[in-house]
Amino acid sequence: MSHHLVEAEDLKYSYPDGHTALNGVSFRITHGESVAIVGANGAGKSTLLLHLNGCLVPEAGTVRIGDFPLTKQTLPQVRRTVGMVFQDPDDQLFMPQVYDDVAFGPLNLGLPAAEVDRRVLNALETVGAAHLKDRPPYKLSAGEKRSVAIASVLSMSPSILVMDEPTSNLDPKTRRQLIELLKTFNHTIIIATHDLDMVLDLCSRTLVLKQGRIVSDGPTWDIMQNQALLEASSLEKPLRLQGCPVCHPDPAPRIGGHEGSEPHSH
Amino acid sequence: MAKIDTSFLDIGYLDTLAYQASPIQRLDPRVKLLTTLVFIVLVVSFDKYAITGLIPFIIYPVVMVALGNLPAGFILKKMLWAAPFAVFIGIFNPLLDRHILIYLGPVGISGGWISFASIMLRFFLTVSAAFILIACTGFNTVCMALEKMGVPKSLATQLLFLYRYIFVLGEEATRLTRARSLRSFNGKGKGIKVFGHMIGQLLLRTLDRAQRLHTAMLCRGFDGEIRLVRTFRLGVGDLAFFLSWTGLFILLRWYNLPQLLGNLVTELIR
Repeated sequence: MSHHLVEAEDLKYSYPDGHTALNGVSFRITHGESVAIVGANGAGKSTLLLHLNGCLVPEAGTVRIGDFPLTKQTLPQVRRTVGMVFQDPDDQLFMPQVYDDVAFGPLNLGLPAAEVDRRVLNALETVGAAHLKDRPPYKLSAGEKRSVAIASVLSMSPSILVMDEPTSNLDPKTRRQLIELLKTFNHTIIIATHDLDMVLDLCSRTLVLKQGRIVSDGPTWDIMQNQALLEASSLEKPLRLQGCPVCHPDPAPRIGGHEGSEPHSH
Repeated sequence: MAKIDTSFLDIGYLDTLAYQASPIQRLDPRVKLLTTLVFIVLVVSFDKYAITGLIPFIIYPVVMVALGNLPAGFILKKMLWAAPFAVFIGIFNPLLDRHILIYLGPVGISGGWISFASIMLRFFLTVSAAFILIACTGFNTVCMALEKMGVPKSLATQLLFLYRYIFVLGEEATRLTRARSLRSFNGKGKGIKVFGHMIGQLLLRTLDRAQRLHTAMLCRGFDGEIRLVRTFRLGVGDLAFFLSWTGLFILLRWYNLPQLLGNLVTELIR
């Protein structure tokens, strides 16, 4: 289906203070792809995401979501198609109760009450948060908040999911559960993150941003092996692709010198 | 510093009480809100030396605490937080109004002291009624009830947001205070100048958050109106609750029960 398409053409954006965040970004993401956007702090990842559903308006260039170019007229349609999960769930969960929050989007779409109810329960069920529906968001744990934030977007049935740092501030187990959850989605998924191990798990394709430009766009596997590229972009190989510190000690001296004397298993 | 933490937790605690399953918690929020309003208006409408007339009104908080399964000690403790305001309002009365109104044996009591006592009594009644309303209804539900009763939507929405974000703001303030106290030594760094910077910082952060929040709302189709799926239904029980309480309040307002009782007793003795 063509409405899952995300296309950016020569996007440029500077913040009001004069700082240039995007300096000619172009890409095309097709239906069902899961794409990671990686890069240093301040490389423009979040700014790019905010362009994908019209939260920011580019100075030059265009964004196309599905069949529409992103303009004022198509904005409601685009926002319905592109579900955006923000980095800080406290920014996203503004209603007094979880249920109201997940219902916020569908109600604004003007859906009838029964349909809203069905969607809310479905979305909460999907992220495993059905038991939280009557709780106030400020009482939830970070992991629960994240799940609910995702549910609040899923309830609008977007075809494209855009996420900013979905695994930040999560404990390893919760992070793993989130990754397993995202694997089950067949939306087009766009994730901006520093968690390169998650990128290996979830995204087949990776865009590397550096100072507002795309310096590399290709299969995740190739990019993650490209030491020179990663280093130039303030990144590091995913931990999983780095050598075992016990078998292959770094050239740097290690405290306690292990020298392979004790057997260990992987 | 720890006090900020705990007092914020306490606001939340008051709210959790509203999730209990008791007959009071189940009542329609509009009914509870209206009853509380009637109660407050009637209590405030007494004249400035009234004491005996006010005393029977204590029945309302007592009954509500008992039926709603609310912790009386906790509510009393919370009221102490607000008590200084009431004390300051009334504290000058004994100085300004010195003419003696009644004699208790040889001791004359001036009008100022009586009106001060009256103010404190009213404070106790009205504030406890407000706390009880929150504790057996929940702040959010009170806001929704307000909205359903025709309070302007923007006001109700403001209240909802205030309540949602006061916790986030409180946490942020706590973190700032903690960070400062960890690097303040010998009383240095705790001055008014640093405090000013911190308040400014907090304001800027709040503005930033407000902007992100607005973006998040726009992303989900916000068009200036907050919609809620919540329907309230007035039952017979709700009406009975409202009518019997307001009936009692009005009765107590127009007939000074303690005085009537006193008259009756003196009559009998004679």
